[in-house]
Amino acid sequence: MRRSIVRPRRENAKAQLLRALERRARSERRWAAASLWVGVGIVGLFVFCALAAPLITSSGPNDQDLLHTLQPPSWGHLLGTDNLGRDIFSRSVYAARIDLMVGLITTYVPLVLGVGLGLLAGYRGGWLETVVMRAVDVVIAFPFIVLVIVVIAIVGPGLLGVYIGITVVGWALYARLTRAEVLVVKEQQFVLAASSLGYSNARVMLRHILPNVLRPNLVFSTLDIVLNILVLASLSFLGLGVQPPTAEWGLMVADGQTFLLTAWWISTLPGFVIVLSGVGFSLIGDGLADRLGRGWRGRAGEAEGALLTVVEDGA
Amino acid sequence: MSALLEVRNLNTAFPAAHGAAFAANGVSFDVEEGATKGIVGESGSGKSITLRSVLGIVPEPGRVIEGQVLWRGRDLLTLPPRELRAIRGREISMIFQDPTSSLNPVFTIGEQIAETLRVKLGMGGREARARSVELLDHVGIPAAKERLRSYPHELSGGMRQRVMIAIAISCRPKLLLADEPTTALDVTIQDQILALLAELQDEFGMAMVLVSHDLGIVAQNCDSVTVMYAGHVIEDAPTAELFRSPSHPYTVGLLRALPSTREPGTRRRLAQITGQPPDLTQLPEGCPFRPRCAWSRDACKDVTMELVPAGPLHGTACPFFEELR
Amino acid sequence: MTAPAPLLETTDLVKWFDLRRSPGGRLRREAAPRLTAVDGVSLSVARNTTLGVVGESGSGKTTLARCLTRLVEPDGGSIVFDGTEISSLRRSELGALRRRIQIVFQDPYTSLNPQMTVGSMLAEPLRVHGIAERREARARVPELLELVGLAPRVARVFPRELSGGQRQRVAIARALAPQPDLLVADEPVSALDVSIQAQILNLLADLAERLGLTMVFISHQLSVIAHIADTVAVMYLGRIVESGPVETVFGNPQHPYTAALLAANPQIVPERRRRKPAIRGDIPSPLHIPSGCRFRTRCAYAEERCAAIDPPPERVGPGHVARCVVLPFR
Repeated sequence: MRRSIVRPRRENAKAQLLRALERRARSERRWAAASLWVGVGIVGLFVFCALAAPLITSSGPNDQDLLHTLQPPSWGHLLGTDNLGRDIFSRSVYAARIDLMVGLITTYVPLVLGVGLGLLAGYRGGWLETVVMRAVDVVIAFPFIVLVIVVIAIVGPGLLGVYIGITVVGWALYARLTRAEVLVVKEQQFVLAASSLGYSNARVMLRHILPNVLRPNLVFSTLDIVLNILVLASLSFLGLGVQPPTAEWGLMVADGQTFLLTAWWISTLPGFVIVLSGVGFSLIGDGLADRLGRGWRGRAGEAEGALLTVVEDGA
Repeated sequence: MSALLEVRNLNTAFPAAHGAAFAANGVSFDVEEGATKGIVGESGSGKSITLRSVLGIVPEPGRVIEGQVLWRGRDLLTLPPRELRAIRGREISMIFQDPTSSLNPVFTIGEQIAETLRVKLGMGGREARARSVELLDHVGIPAAKERLRSYPHELSGGMRQRVMIAIAISCRPKLLLADEPTTALDVTIQDQILALLAELQDEFGMAMVLVSHDLGIVAQNCDSVTVMYAGHVIEDAPTAELFRSPSHPYTVGLLRALPSTREPGTRRRLAQITGQPPDLTQLPEGCPFRPRCAWSRDACKDVTMELVPAGPLHGTACPFFEELR
Repeated sequence: MTAPAPLLETTDLVKWFDLRRSPGGRLRREAAPRLTAVDGVSLSVARNTTLGVVGESGSGKTTLARCLTRLVEPDGGSIVFDGTEISSLRRSELGALRRRIQIVFQDPYTSLNPQMTVGSMLAEPLRVHGIAERREARARVPELLELVGLAPRVARVFPRELSGGQRQRVAIARALAPQPDLLVADEPVSALDVSIQAQILNLLADLAERLGLTMVFISHQLSVIAHIADTVAVMYLGRIVESGPVETVFGNPQHPYTAALLAANPQIVPERRRRKPAIRGDIPSPLHIPSGCRFRTRCAYAEERCAAIDPPPERVGPGHVARCVVLPFR
């Protein structure tokens, strides 16, 4: 015969090349996993601090010690004290309670609202879709923070104002994201199959479409938490969010601004805490996006199916 | 006389979660000058990756890790990138399954053909334009001059594949690599494209490697056929010989599994190949077709997958092929 | 002698889609372009038989399948299923009929919900249609899996862990779960490899016989239709151009399009072909259907009158109907 085939698996140079390829693939997978777990670690630490605040701090968040004001970081006061002698570490720890709670509520209440509306709009279409999507356009057209401030101006400053303000604005992005996903998922044949099996609209929406559009929303929500904590911080800084003397990271940054040159730690260290929490949630977001992958988005429909998509979209 | 293209012991691998997947596992075949070589196999058989390996365009993270691709005696796999680029498109060109995504949607047909002519043949604007019209005309696109201004989405699938062919033949290559060129097209359009390719081959004396999953297409359009399964060449023969006396259980199974229009309404039960296509990362020892083979036996564990002669120019990887006849 | 009433009969079925106007067209207040996907289709399927529908892209065969299963609303004509007119029924009125007509789709990769296990996917229709309670439905799953040749443990896996052929088996099991009388199969083997295709074709043929199913089998592959169908309808641009028993239509085609399709179909004839393409030109866009006979622009036998006359269906043999005024083969 005119050819000879060497069995491939036993050769040295090749085995080395192969191993290099495998190593690279493995290290890429490890990176993705690492980012998720580091993120979970950081956020977990914050949650732990929030829950166990009295156990890990020696003084209350508002305990004043006027004999030890403006102390730089030391073993006695890990992050120093502010102008009223309050321990910044202890304030930061207690502030985690408020900031995390606000971050979660202002993210997941709008998520539920937005996903629900987006799901309805995308699935039912017609006037409902028009109304929802125009509302989304209006909300998104304004700068986020300005609109939140307007709402707070109406409701009044304080936590309730923050919750209502961010929710009124925050649902819009989830609604838009969800509706776009629904339009794609709706044309998948498993949704057609569900209709042909005679399932009710509610069942098709909740059981068959919803689980397939949650993914991007969840990934986005981890980033949204970061943004919302920053918004709370900005609002408090402006005096519209949490009111003094409550411990809140943004408020603490604001408190320290007059001492920026003389006692840098009052503003800077809570600022660093904000950044760290943001990094934690972002890493979770990255890791999730990687791990969840692109899901069902493997293949395009056949030509006629695609045509139908275009057609029904227009109708 | 040596062949135009000789592929020798080609191994192309993709890293996998555990170990590696060999998309091409010791693949060898020849393409003679002006002839048409068919490579046939199912999805995952490695036929497309083999073709891409020839031009050094294996998708990441795959790698050619061993073997030779001898183009008129020179090994393309060890050629400096610059020289390889010079050969690509000029001496060897390629067309793909999906003519929609192989054309850039934001440029007109004219711009895309002219680009090839300018880059590869150094033509000027006017000359390239005139030549583009000629080329479109050549591949059977009506009103070629007006078509230059069209964008890819304004053309049908068949027309787009004709444009791809026009670009591919613009430098009069000696070899055309065609990767499932008609799979996305309707039967009647497929028929037209295959006739066009045959015409162009005759005219330019161009050789072709036609990769397909369709045994019918291969039977009617190729001089010789290589059958692939799970990255391995399992049979290789001149077309008439292969279909007259298939000598590997997989080839035999495929031929019996095909429905035909020649006995309509008889509802003959199709002889089916049992089981599922193999997972390339967990191939069994010996012959990869063993778990699905109706003739399998213990000795199949020790089969080396080297081709043994089964007739004139006919090789099979199954040493027990005589029992099939 | 009167033939038994067919299980499914359509008369002059029409389905169109109004496309979006271009911005310019909207300004000029033009009517939206209308794509007539199914244009006057009349067919009938006798009980326990398989009708094959063959056609290329743009022939409207997929839209036809979706009309028959009421996934899209027909715009005209009638669909009579087991003596009941169903084309005008509202979704809520379809009720039990929905259960009796099921569909299997082409792409087993998108036709299964990636977030559900195979088991819950198969139990769901049983519960929704009140065929079985939760626990009983679960117990029926292995039975369904066995019916399509899958192991009971498949119930616990997600679709992504299955191969294309296995997924298509699951899709078939799901369609059979509500015990339908009519199964519409829309290109069920086109996305599968040859070796798997034969498995699925055999499975469908077996099931049709065992369960007394009536099938409408849609495909672009003539050989597949020739294998599985009793009668065949050849579609071109929304019309049935030829129909009849599969042996006579494929053995003695009476429409030039059918003949051309047969010639273009790659057969295993191991010799280099040296022939012209069977058919010239591109398939016209369904937005611009030629006048008269819609095949005339590509027909080798077209005469002048073909542009003027829309050929009516003409009986050319027992049960064999063709729409061609030239009828070159007689």
